[in-house]
Amino acid sequence: MKVIKIEKSQWAEGLEKARQSMRLIGPVAEKGYHSFQELAPGQAPDLDFQNSRLSPKGLAFPQSEVMLTYTMDKNDPECGIMKEADKDYGPRAVIGIRPCDAKALALVKMNFDTDEYKDPYWLNLYNATTFVGLACDAPCATCFCTTAGSGPFDEQGLDVLLVDQPEHYLAKALTDKGTQWLQAAGFTAETDGAAAIDKAKSAAQARITAKIETEHLRGADTMALYNADFWEDVAFACINCGTCTFTCPTCWCFDIQDETSRGQGVRMRNWDSCMFPIFTVHTTGHNPRDTKIHRVRQRFMHKLKYFVDKYDQGIMCVGCGRCVNQCPVNIDIRRASALMNRVGQDARCAVQEG
Amino acid sequence: MTMAAHSTQSTPSREELVDNPYLPYPVRIDDITVESEDRSLKTFKFVFLNPDDEAKFAAYKAGQFAELSIAGVGEIPIGIASSPVEKGFIKFTVNKAGVVTSHLHNMQVGDIMGVRGPLGNWYPWETLEGKNVLIVGGGFAFTTLRSSIIYMLDPANRPKFKDITVVYGARSPGMLLYKDELIEWEKRDDLNMHITVDGTDDPDWKYNVGFVPPITEQKAPQGDPDSYAIVCGPPIMIKFTQPVLEKLGYDHDHIILSLENRMKCGIGMCGRCGIGRELVCKDGPVFTLNQINQTPREY
Ligand SMILES: Cc1cc2nc3c(=O)[nH]c(=O)nc-3n(C[C@H](O)[C@H](O)[C@H](O)COP(=O)(O)OP(=O)(O)OC[C@H]3O[C@@H](n4cnc5c(N)ncnc54)[C@H](O)[C@@H]3O)c2cc1C
Ligand code: SF4
Ligand code: SF4
Ligand code: FES
Repeated sequence: MKVIKIEKSQWAEGLEKARQSMRLIGPVAEKGYHSFQELAPGQAPDLDFQNSRLSPKGLAFPQSEVMLTYTMDKNDPECGIMKEADKDYGPRAVIGIRPCDAKALALVKMNFDTDEYKDPYWLNLYNATTFVGLACDAPCATCFCTTAGSGPFDEQGLDVLLVDQPEHYLAKALTDKGTQWLQAAGFTAETDGAAAIDKAKSAAQARITAKIETEHLRGADTMALYNADFWEDVAFACINCGTCTFTCPTCWCFDIQDETSRGQGVRMRNWDSCMFPIFTVHTTGHNPRDTKIHRVRQRFMHKLKYFVDKYDQGIMCVGCGRCVNQCPVNIDIRRASALMNRVGQDARCAVQEG
Repeated sequence: MTMAAHSTQSTPSREELVDNPYLPYPVRIDDITVESEDRSLKTFKFVFLNPDDEAKFAAYKAGQFAELSIAGVGEIPIGIASSPVEKGFIKFTVNKAGVVTSHLHNMQVGDIMGVRGPLGNWYPWETLEGKNVLIVGGGFAFTTLRSSIIYMLDPANRPKFKDITVVYGARSPGMLLYKDELIEWEKRDDLNMHITVDGTDDPDWKYNVGFVPPITEQKAPQGDPDSYAIVCGPPIMIKFTQPVLEKLGYDHDHIILSLENRMKCGIGMCGRCGIGRELVCKDGPVFTLNQINQTPREY
């Protein structure tokens, strides 16, 4: 695989060059937090950050998005007929996405890109994007990516992996799209950086000590997990704020709403969350998940069991630690997973003994 | 590296895009029938504005549903009440319940709206061929069962099935759906029709009086490896029909149910209708009781 050396002195100039053929998006500091935003000409991404507060899933899945448009004007023969909304799917590159977040988008793709249906909104944005990732040298204390199927130098879902060195970046071109981005920016100086990358990778991995336990979940009986006795305890303090699912890079649930103003209407989609009671309530008032125990269990079961069974691609979590960090009552997916894992282990023992 | 080359690589052109599964087909309301004495149930007959759309929809199977879409109001999942053997239109029977259903009830013949579908799976017609079929329906959940009965009674299809038995009940005679058809089916000899009502003060009522589960127990044939039961109705009816069917000898994988979770997208994307790993809108709404037993009861 090609490794390109990018002198930091050349960085800004290269980005301006790349910008001539695509839009650039990167981390920007705002009110003490980082978020991914479109970069104005001359604006460099602020790569001195640990993790953005919200994951960058909005790159392919905006928090609020117009899907369809229509007129409500009764005199218009097209009144009430839905039209595709105008969209800009021009090429863009996101600079500095963390490897875990890029892996998360690759997991979410399994939901939006299926044999039967393709979600055009998600896929068009995803496909229009070149993912230029930034390896993580200083992971947060709550990161547990190395046991969640990802890692600080994970390459899944990335087109380029940037590795920070004192005077330069080492850039690994991982896909054709990545090679083209490097060329578009004029970053072409090949170097033999493999050893330096491996060294930085080992050092970063060693810094991640937090773990999630999942090895017995796949074999565990779904109903045994669902009926386990610890859910009430796990859910006890939850206030159903939805912070966990909104910050999560792998949560993809959404609501669809119509909005109208002055005779024009749009059909929108907005992020939604299984932590909210109205998510599942029927018109009759019946709610299949009518307690917070049901809802907290849904989040953990979806991420750690249902998804595992549905796709057989591991858990629906990349270990970014956002939900652990930001939950106001310290509900921790690692604890829930450990409890669930034990049920899986016990069930397996029972099978072997019986 | 030129700009042009880059953009051909990473921009999907609009032409390449697959059909947008969120875009409803425009339809015109062709007819509205009030079905129940309390006017809470109406059947809407739609015709497609574009013949191409009709052709795409026409391949539906009995048991599937569609999203009815009203611009500025919203979308609702509704079972398809017309049958694939009925051509040129589609029909839905809608109970007036909340925002969208109430708005729909106030719409007029000639109004334009949208339909998205067909969606979800269907009753397992291939498995049911050569078998006895028992249909148990209650209340207004009879819509896709009507579709199924019309499909099975079609002269081209009737020889494919053995005995067909239908138990259908509503609160009162005035709440029964599709009354003309019920009376006609009652007279046929290739279908055992058992109509029932919870109660009535009509002295001329000549059908059954009683809840669906006990009438099923009295009238339905025994279950065996060659018999399947399809059950649709309010949760309470399903709850009390299940032990009756077990007693009659129907295995859990011979009992077929259709679930009604709250839905939005209808195509497995929005995550709202999940029960365990299954999405009711895409992996269902039709499941065997055996499948449901292995899934959290979140419906
Ligand atoms: C597969 C399937 C088939 C159905 N078939 C029929 C039918 O043939 N006839 C009929 O009258 N009803 C049927 N229903 C129920 C019908 O979808 C709801 O009554 C309807 O969505 C209520 O919408 P509303 O806007 O009037 O109510 P509101 O409470 O105002 O609902 C607002 C929105 O919530 C959602 N929603 C609320 N309740 C339900 C629910 N029970 N199921 C799904 N989505 C819901 C819808 O998106 C709705 O637009 C079916 C439901 C499903 C899932
Ligand atoms: S955890 Fe909840 S919000 Fe997140 S994807 Fe699963 S169901 Fe949706
Ligand atoms: S962030 Fe914590 S309190 Fe809020 S919904 Fe999630 S688990 Fe519950
Ligand atoms: S309704 Fe959206 S996933 Fe089923």
